[in-house]
This record gives sequence, structure tokens and C-alpha cells, in this order.
Amino acid sequence: MPVSTNASVKPTGQPTGQRTGPSQWLVLRTPKLSLKFDRRVPRVLLGLALVTVAAMVWSIGQGEYPVPPLDVVRTILGLPTGNPDYAFIVNTLRLPRTLLAWGVGMALAIAGALTQGITRNPLAAPGIIGVNAGAGLAAVSLIVAFPAVPIAVLPLAAFGGALTVAMLIYLLAWKGGSSPVRLILVGVGFSLITGALTNLMVTFGNIYDVSQALVWLAGSVYGRSWAQAWAFTPWLVGFGMLALFRSRELNALQLGDDLARSLGSRLERQRGWLLLCSVALAGAAVATAGNISFVGLMAPHIARKLVGSSNEGLLPAAALTGGMVVVLADLCGRLLFAPIELPCGIITAIIGAPYFLYLLIRTRRV
Amino acid sequence: MATAKTVPVSRTQPQTLMAMGIFLGLFLLMGCFFASIALGVADIGLGEILQALTAPDGSTEHLIIRTVRVPRTITALLVGAAVAVAGAIMQGLTRNPLADPGILGINAGAALAVVTAVFWFDAASLNVYAGFALLGAAAAAVTVYGLGSLGRGGLTPLNLTIAGAALTALVSSLTTGILILSQRTLDEIRFWLAGSVAGRDMELVVQVIPYLAVGLALGLAMGKQLTTLSLGEAVAQGLGQNTVWVKTFAAISVVLLAGGSVAVAGPIGFIGLIVPHIVRFWAGADYRWILPYSALAGAMLLLLADIAARLLIQPQELPVGIVTPLLGAPFFIYLTRSQVKR
Repeated sequence: MPVSTNASVKPTGQPTGQRTGPSQWLVLRTPKLSLKFDRRVPRVLLGLALVTVAAMVWSIGQGEYPVPPLDVVRTILGLPTGNPDYAFIVNTLRLPRTLLAWGVGMALAIAGALTQGITRNPLAAPGIIGVNAGAGLAAVSLIVAFPAVPIAVLPLAAFGGALTVAMLIYLLAWKGGSSPVRLILVGVGFSLITGALTNLMVTFGNIYDVSQALVWLAGSVYGRSWAQAWAFTPWLVGFGMLALFRSRELNALQLGDDLARSLGSRLERQRGWLLLCSVALAGAAVATAGNISFVGLMAPHIARKLVGSSNEGLLPAAALTGGMVVVLADLCGRLLFAPIELPCGIITAIIGAPYFLYLLIRTRRV
Repeated sequence: MATAKTVPVSRTQPQTLMAMGIFLGLFLLMGCFFASIALGVADIGLGEILQALTAPDGSTEHLIIRTVRVPRTITALLVGAAVAVAGAIMQGLTRNPLADPGILGINAGAALAVVTAVFWFDAASLNVYAGFALLGAAAAAVTVYGLGSLGRGGLTPLNLTIAGAALTALVSSLTTGILILSQRTLDEIRFWLAGSVAGRDMELVVQVIPYLAVGLALGLAMGKQLTTLSLGEAVAQGLGQNTVWVKTFAAISVVLLAGGSVAVAGPIGFIGLIVPHIVRFWAGADYRWILPYSALAGAMLLLLADIAARLLIQPQELPVGIVTPLLGAPFFIYLTRSQVKR
């Protein structure tokens, strides 16, 4: 775990990306902040971003009214394409959906990386702090028990459910201080209770409502508009940046409570901030697109294989990985059984898991 | 691997006390057993039950006891014990407090097999479900084991866990996909998917008893080896253990236990994860005690939950898979709060 062993770097006043001799690290330094990246990071980020953009352009072109890729790009850039319909189809209908898929994937992946770091458990996903369970229970109750409530209330209810359960878990796990083990176990207990209540709705609800609820539970970005994309953006940007600035503390936390304390980390405070970031990111994502599974669990693992486990590089890499996976999943979900659309939350695992297993097997020889 | 250690306390109770606890547990279990036969829509007295079991006279009550209540009670007892022991073994094997038989993909595999059977072949009886569930469970477990052992360093707990989590996510997504595409399948299978022991007949129970019995015997016999292995693979090897064999037998035991359980009762998730944790608060870190106590506690919990499942909203029934967490999780949270010091 490369945390504080790097001997390189001389302080500079400018925020510059420096290659520091033969070191494995790139260092970004300002008077207030210093972030240290693995040298693979820029390359990996660029690669992920390119694949994502290509997938987005392809995805926007697909649908009942196909648009050629070149025209997609021209339309987005505001250049004339000779077809007046394109602007509406691309910019109003398809672009916000795809961008939102990307954003949601990023938020889930960062939240996952944070939770895995905080709990020091590779199986931890944002679900462990109750976000998905709380949001799921709130949303499914609304869909199944109160089908008359307008659909616009759903994100609010889901977000409220997510925050409530996450807060309950944190409070009940607090006992003169927090502890990763208590947090995990109380989280498991709560997830099971809310899961059982959700299951109760699914088992006894009206079958049509239950079917709707399952689509929400699986996670989908179907029909999302600019309004939802704009409502989601501040959460992603704000808490994403906050998480990145605190990633150094996360490195310390991962070493264990005692070591983190002796490295000078204000343990409870840092853990509280990081948890807040994780809950806010996952909560906003779940409220916007439902329970997209797998991304929060696996994107950090995939990113770790690509750029190593130092969190300054891991968080952005995980974010772009998660964004890419959800964009691709959304694309596949629309293509596979067209014109029937599968929610992208189902596809995330179907395309993400094999790739992940491939990475698991491939690294054997490295 | 940077997993949290589960064992919150290292105190050990005196051996005699632990043994007496087992006997007390057996008595309590007997009580739950008879309560489960006696209580229901029609309450039946203890004398009547004994007579029905020893010398049935063909009356309606005796018929209810012999064909409905007893198979159901035996199912709950066996499944509860089996799932709890399987969970304890998985946690010892992977040294991860979040591990349960589900990590081997067993429940997800069984669910996918049954949902596929309903979707494509219109399978419609519990006994047919059982066959498919067992097949799906075994296939998933073998796949997870195979994939896990292909990772760097062979079959490490981390590789196993990750392969299991990935395959579980994949398989459950396929299941959800089918359920979303076919509302008929969803309607037919949702009660089974929640996990229930209602309506199981003796024929079905007898079919899975061999799997569960062998699995339980194998699992309970491995207490010592699991305790050593739970210290870490390097330590276990250093102490002279052949960890490959221990892991193989442990896996066989888990597959038999969890596979048999999911075949007869559907995916019951809560017990395998939580009961070992609850038991550890009393039995410490020694798997020679954790395993038998898990069996007792799991059986008791599922029996009690099943009684609650049929009494709570009479004359309707809840699936026991839903009642169990509602009963057990608050207690578990309380225990976590009061016992986990770190």
C-alpha cells in the first residue's frame, strides 16, 4: 500500500503535474493540497474517456429514429446537419439520458470506492450503508402501496429513504465512536430488514405494480430529461470533488484505525466526511436511476487492477470505469431485445461481470 | 486481505458450560418443534400430537399433523440448521463477516434455474422446482470455485469472494431480466423466491434429507480444521494443515447444505449470514462450538419464524424468508451495539 513512502517531490507554488524522476508517481501540488497519482492514471483515464465518448455517440444514434454518428456529433456541437428533427431527437431526448447514465455510473463507482476504503472490506458496496435498501423500500412502497402518487415524487422519496436509513445505521453503529466492523454489521442488519419489507411488497402487491417496481429496483435511465440531469449534477460534482480532496485521508484510513491515528488523521471526522460523500453520491444516483447493481461493487475493483490502490488515482479511474459501464449497459439494454428495452441495471452485471472475471484471471500471469 | 475480523470477543466459556449450553439448546429446540406442530389455524394439543405420531387413527386432526404440520416442521428444522452451518463455514473459509452461502452463488444459481424452468417449461410444482434448484445451485458453486481458483494465487479467500460476488450479480441480473420480461413467471414464482417452508410434502423432504445429513455431518466434523483455517491460510499451513483438502471438503459441505436447503425451501438469505454472528457472541471464535450452536440456533430461529409466518396474518400466510429478518435483525443490531467494542 503506497501511502507515505514516496520520498520525491519538492514543493512548488503552482498546480502542476510533475513527473518526479524515476518515481512511480505524478504529483499535483498547490499550497493547500497535494495529490499523488500513479503514473498509469492519465493514460487509463484517457482510454476510459475515449471509449465512453464513442459509446455515447453510438448510443445517441440508436433508436426508433436512427441518427448517423457524424450527425450526432454535429448536432451536439450545434453545427447544421440538414435535418431539422435531429436537434430535438439528439439534444432533447437522447443526450440527457446518456449523460445521466454516465453521471450515475460515476457517482456509484466513487461511492463504492469510498465504502470499500472506509470499511476495509472488498465486498462492501454503497448498499452496505443502507442507501439502496432505504431508497428501494421507499420507492417500492410508493409504487406498490400508493400507485396513485405522481411519478415525479419518486426520486424525492427514494432520496429521503436512502438518507434516513443511512443515518439510522450511522447513529446505531455509533457508540462513543464509530467502528468499521459495527458499521458493516449494523448495515447488514438494516439492509436485511428493509429488504424483507421490500420483498413483502413484491410478494403481495398487485402484479402490474410489482412489475413496475422491479424495473425501478433493477435501475434504469429510461426517459430521463435535462431537468433530472441538472438536479443530479451538483451532487456529483460537489461530493465527487470533496471525495477526491479527501482521498489522501482515505489512504490512511485503509491502514487501520490505530495506524491512521498515529499518522495524524483526525479519524472520526475524516470517516464522517467520507461516509457523507459516499451516502450523498449513492443516494443521488439511486434516486435518479434506481438501484443499478454491481457498478459500486465492481468498478473500484476494476480500477484497482488498472491503476493500483492509491486512492487519489483510484477514485477518478473508478468513476470513469463506472460511467463507462453504465453508458455501455444502457446501450446494450436498448439494442439487445429492441424494441423491448431492458433496464440498464440488469445489463451492468451481465457485461461488467465477465470483464471483471477476465481481469481476475488475467492478472494471474502478471 | 484487509477484511475485518468478525470475532468481537476472545473470551472462551468453560468447556462444561458450553456443553451444557448445547443440551439446553436441544431442549429448547424440542419445545420449538412441538410448538410448530401444535400451533396453526387449528391448534392441536400435545397429547394429540404424540398419539398422531405413534398411533394414528385416521381422524382429520391426525391427518393434518402427519401430512401438513410434521413435514413442514421437519423442513424448517433441517433448513434452518443447514443454512446456518453453511453460513458459518463460509465465514470461516473466506474470513469475511459478509460471507454467506449466497457468496458461492448458490441461491442466485438456484433462483435462476427455477425461474428459467417456469419461464420456458412451465414447471409448476414444488418438487420440480427442487430438482432445478439443486442443479442450479451446484452449477453456480462449481463455476465460482473454478473461476476463483483461476485468479492470482489460486483459490484465495479474496479470489473466491470476488468470483462469487461477480457471478452472483450476473446470475441475479439474468433472473431479474426474465422476471421483468415475463409477468406470468413473476406472478408464479414470487412466493417461492421469498423463501417459504409451507406446503412441503414428506416425499420432497425425504428427497433432500440425504444431502442435508451428509452436509451437516461433514460440516460439524470440520470444526477443528475450520478454526485453524480461520487464523489465515499461511498459519494453517504452518501448523501442518493440508488447506486444499480442508477447503474442498468445506465447499462440498456448503454446497450440499445450501443446495439442499434452497431446493426444498427456496432462497432463505438471512440465517446463513446472521446466525453465525449471533452465535459468536456466546461461543467465541472456536468453530468446534460455533458450528453446533449455529445448527441449533438456525433451526430454532427458522421454526419460530415459521410459526410467526402462519399466525401473524391469519388465515393468510407470510413467506418465512420475509419473517426471519424482521424477527432476527433487530436482535442482531442490538447484539452488535452491545458487544462489538472495536
